[in-house]
Amino acid sequence: MNFIREKVEMVNREGKKALSVFLTAGYPQKNNFTETALNILDAGADMLEIGIPFSDPLADGPVIQSSSQIALNNGVKMKDIFYYSQNIRSGSDKPLILMGYANPIKKYGITKFLNDAKNSGVNGLIVPDVTLEEYDSFYSNLTKEIEIILLSTPTSPDERIKYIDSLSRGFVYCVSSTGTTGMRDNFSIETIENLKRTYSLVNKNKMMIGFGISKPEDIKNISAYCDGVIVGSRIIKSLAENKKIKETLKTVSELSDACTGKY
Amino acid sequence: MSKKEMPDSKGKYGEYGGMYVPETLISALSELSEIYSKLKNGKEFRREYDRLQKHYNGRPTPLTFAERLTAHYGKAKIYLKREDLCHTGAHKLNNALGQILIAKRLGKKRIIAETGAGQHGVAVATVCAKFGFECVVYMGEKDIERQQPNVFRMKLLGAEVRPVSTGSKTLKDATSEAIRDWAANVKDTHYIIGSVVGPHPYPMIVRDFQSIIGKEAKEQIVKVEKKLPDYIVACVGGGSNAIGIFNEFLNDESVALFGIEAAGLGINSGKHCATLTLGEPGIFQGMMSYLLQDKEGQIAEVHSISAGLDYPGVGPEHSYLKERNRVKYFSVTDDEALDGVGLLTKLEGILPALESAHAVAYLEKFIHNTKNDEVVIVNVSGRGDKDLSTIINSSHRK
Ligand SMILES: Cc1ncc(COP(=O)(O)O)c(C=O)c1O
Repeated sequence: MNFIREKVEMVNREGKKALSVFLTAGYPQKNNFTETALNILDAGADMLEIGIPFSDPLADGPVIQSSSQIALNNGVKMKDIFYYSQNIRSGSDKPLILMGYANPIKKYGITKFLNDAKNSGVNGLIVPDVTLEEYDSFYSNLTKEIEIILLSTPTSPDERIKYIDSLSRGFVYCVSSTGTTGMRDNFSIETIENLKRTYSLVNKNKMMIGFGISKPEDIKNISAYCDGVIVGSRIIKSLAENKKIKETLKTVSELSDACTGKY
Repeated sequence: MSKKEMPDSKGKYGEYGGMYVPETLISALSELSEIYSKLKNGKEFRREYDRLQKHYNGRPTPLTFAERLTAHYGKAKIYLKREDLCHTGAHKLNNALGQILIAKRLGKKRIIAETGAGQHGVAVATVCAKFGFECVVYMGEKDIERQQPNVFRMKLLGAEVRPVSTGSKTLKDATSEAIRDWAANVKDTHYIIGSVVGPHPYPMIVRDFQSIIGKEAKEQIVKVEKKLPDYIVACVGGGSNAIGIFNEFLNDESVALFGIEAAGLGINSGKHCATLTLGEPGIFQGMMSYLLQDKEGQIAEVHSISAGLDYPGVGPEHSYLKERNRVKYFSVTDDEALDGVGLLTKLEGILPALESAHAVAYLEKFIHNTKNDEVVIVNVSGRGDKDLSTIINSSHRK
């Protein structure tokens, strides 16, 4: 099954780069998260990444770290992740991807996790601390319904990116620059050069760029070198700063417009 | 069991260890593995390291016969391996010296480190001063408070100490921040991790540099006692001083090896960091190893009076040695460790670090089962000057 890939292609055929929005599950509130997520999809997001909160998120910058801690304080548990997924799935047919660190998934049991994810309508999984090195020891009983998405970074050599492309499903998640998630001022020439390099090496999969994308101009600068973009911290920050979701939805639709070439 | 095979080519000790890190760090870890495997047995590197160990660190450290402590218990003869006499006051410099030589050869300009007790931070700040590197040390706010003298020393040595205010504000959070910094600045920065933890090849590299402790101890004890020791006791935070003294004896099955964790307020109190005693395997900060976690796989809040042991994880090789039953792990409480400080200070004139005091305190629990012709070595991993304020503030407890 290539559900995610087909959706990205469909969006691309309509002249748009796919927009994926990252949300931390149960943030800012535990009880209306499903509604928030569905609103964001309606405002122009083409897919959703749902972050499973973790106490020690190594790959995340301050904004997502703090959302993760708040979600845990809100009492979000693994069972809530599947509950949200089911509810979002009944309101939308767009791709749903879970993003979580290895330990809570291992603790839940990888086989049970993949099974529950599948039964909740989830399509993909990203585990940032499981790379090619640990792929075989971490994933057992993979199901074809859950596409495991791998990341490439500016420090990944060419040959490795080709290998990542060959093993990844759904898309290749191209990390724009070194460092953690979070907003960057702008994309340097070096960063753009690396995106070009990566895009030319990723052939089997579609490629989405994430980390540091926060403004329509960012999308304008990189849209030639990808099939889609992933926005996280910008949206989380907006949810933190604005009581009313309207402001956040406006941001999503501006980013969505940028993905169609309207700035 | 032959220790030579550990870790395997993937950095695994049995199922433990490995490289559970974000993709950004993989190439730096591979580069480190590669350069280390070349340097390790290189004559020039070894000569430079040995020379520094002798003329800068002051090795070999003595193996001191603890005459009054031995008489106090009236059982096995007790010897102390004196890592407290290392330059900077703990075994941590053994590792920092080796790693700064690697950083030089990697051509990196900037060094980062995490620290709990501040001993590793001081060791790294020291080698950075000596070799002219920029140095940033991450330290939890709680540890900054309880290890003030070391914070001041690091600053005096020219390091920048960055306070970490996330999570429990202790060693685990400082480690996460250091890893994040490394991911952002990996091109010009080398990360000197302070214990046998983290992703491969760190647990192996740190073990190799610390194994000088056991090599010396073996030679020294055979010279005076004409035999191997019967017991070796060391405290376990991440596990570097313990692996350091155990490594050389792993194949000597007659030598019982005891690793002592921090039981904090008691292992039933929920406020401890007895990872191997009460944890279960998990994935954290780059490695698969025993871990203190809750039912949801979130990392547990831990506690120890000693900042250097206040960590929810442990080195992967210890997890392996526990499962193979080669090393036995026990724990002692904050109060017992404080008693250990008092005992060693009053009877031997040696003020141990609170971390090391955990190993000393374990004597109380097992020495009664030993015989007079047996020999125990306790690894005194560091000295306690840094802990004076904690010790003074705790003196009302008793
Ligand atoms: C004196 C001393 N002993 C022991 C430790 C614990 O570390 P490890 O278990 O790696 O030896 C520390 C850590 O800061 C320390 O300073």
